[in-house]
Amino acid sequence: MAALISLVIAEHDNQSLKATTLNAVAAALQISSEVDILVAGNGADGVAQAAGQIAGVRKVIQVDSPALADQLAEPLAAQILSIAKNYSHILAPATANGKNVLPRVAAKLDVAQLSDITRVVSPDTFERPIYAGNAIATVQSADSIKVITVRTTGFDPVAATGGSATIEKQSGDAAASNASSSSFVGRELTKSDRPELTAAKIIVSGGRGLGSGEKYQEVVVPLADALGLPWAHHVQPSMQATYPMITKWGKPARLWLPNCMSPLASPEPSNT
Amino acid sequence: MKILVAVKRVVDYNVKVRVKSDNSGVDIANVKMSMNPFDEIAVEEAVRLKEAGIVTEIIVVSAGPTQCQETLRTALAIGADRAILVESDADLQPLAVAKILKALTDKEQAQMVILGKQAIDDDSNQTGQMLAALLDIPQATFASKVVIADGKATVTREVDGGLETIALTLPAVITTDLRLNEPRYVTLPNIMKAKKKTLEIVKPEELGVDINPRLKTLKVEEPPKRTAGVMVADVAALVEKLKNEAKVI
Repeated sequence: MAALISLVIAEHDNQSLKATTLNAVAAALQISSEVDILVAGNGADGVAQAAGQIAGVRKVIQVDSPALADQLAEPLAAQILSIAKNYSHILAPATANGKNVLPRVAAKLDVAQLSDITRVVSPDTFERPIYAGNAIATVQSADSIKVITVRTTGFDPVAATGGSATIEKQSGDAAASNASSSSFVGRELTKSDRPELTAAKIIVSGGRGLGSGEKYQEVVVPLADALGLPWAHHVQPSMQATYPMITKWGKPARLWLPNCMSPLASPEPSNT
Repeated sequence: MKILVAVKRVVDYNVKVRVKSDNSGVDIANVKMSMNPFDEIAVEEAVRLKEAGIVTEIIVVSAGPTQCQETLRTALAIGADRAILVESDADLQPLAVAKILKALTDKEQAQMVILGKQAIDDDSNQTGQMLAALLDIPQATFASKVVIADGKATVTREVDGGLETIALTLPAVITTDLRLNEPRYVTLPNIMKAKKKTLEIVKPEELGVDINPRLKTLKVEEPPKRTAGVMVADVAALVEKLKNEAKVI
């Protein structure tokens, strides 16, 4: 492999750049000194501007196409693939979007993907949690292009300002020609004054140890309110009916790795 | 419509895994093994689609050692029609499994493939997406609701901060999230019936796919240890401790 150059797929909603991108850039900078960002969207000029400000970024590649407006996996993967060969590493934050699109890219490149890395050991070796964080595996990839999703809480974000990357516009033809098979219908986002769970540094959590749904409302919610934090819930799938279904915390659910979690009255969380 | 469901045999979700002392991996000798919970949801969804008259045949597939037959029998007891085991003792990584599933989807001419979004052992969350890419068909990951009508699948997906609905033209790949359904308990009569259903065993070589592992696990370690907790009287005391003792806020 020749020079190490990383490509980070920006996480955004066409309006603003999501902070998780900064964590992915941090991981990329530990791999290579040259890091480019792909902003694939529709009318995402503001996002591209913001991406250009990120400290340490060399170049922003901006692709505008109606096919990319909703970040659907098929057109987005095609767009990434059109420039993939220029890079040694392709990274995205391990968000719903990143996890959705990158394995498609990896399969088309006929390479493995490294999911949810928490540490860069060397440009080809990474640490990642397995068994829901009950073990940490050190994994080495022999593939020519490494496709990686980054566990955002594993890396401190780089500064959002201070950089001065050039913005290069590229055509969205690759995305447009792959846009027919799926279409976007609608989105229903929960509005909350609290930080999103995936981005939160601290999560208040409580579960079975509390005994009942009322107890949960009595203890966890006021604490979270007192702190202005999001709260999560340690439940088994079978118990979701008993407890207020705020979100799921536990083995098969989504996984967060905040700096601190306070499991209330839960003597030994069996599987966080 | 024929539907393919992929299931993986994993360490049961109630088992607390231990890292081997030589750090070569996780100790899974004499540990209870079960069907990956997300895959169970996938089988249940397929059976519900069949009960609704949308699906005509459910083929359940697993790739791994010979013991995966037990997992396949469980899927047959939930309601799948027949099973295929791709038998291999090799370390099967997501890309290899995706290639195996592609070969079988092509062979069986399945219109839809449902998989769990991730296995609870390696937590990769890749196989479904990789399969969709290899087949060049659309995907809907993290599904919490699936509606099939007029050759289209309308799928509600769990994304960060809420839900998103997309429409796919079939054939398509769907991966399940926790809220999609609650799998039924298998009954004894169904377990007996499952024993009579067909279970075909093939080798990866017969499918002509490259299953060589691409990733090498150098070592597996325990995560940092958690220290013992203390009881606090009320919320105020906890906030106080978090601020001044633990200094996390």
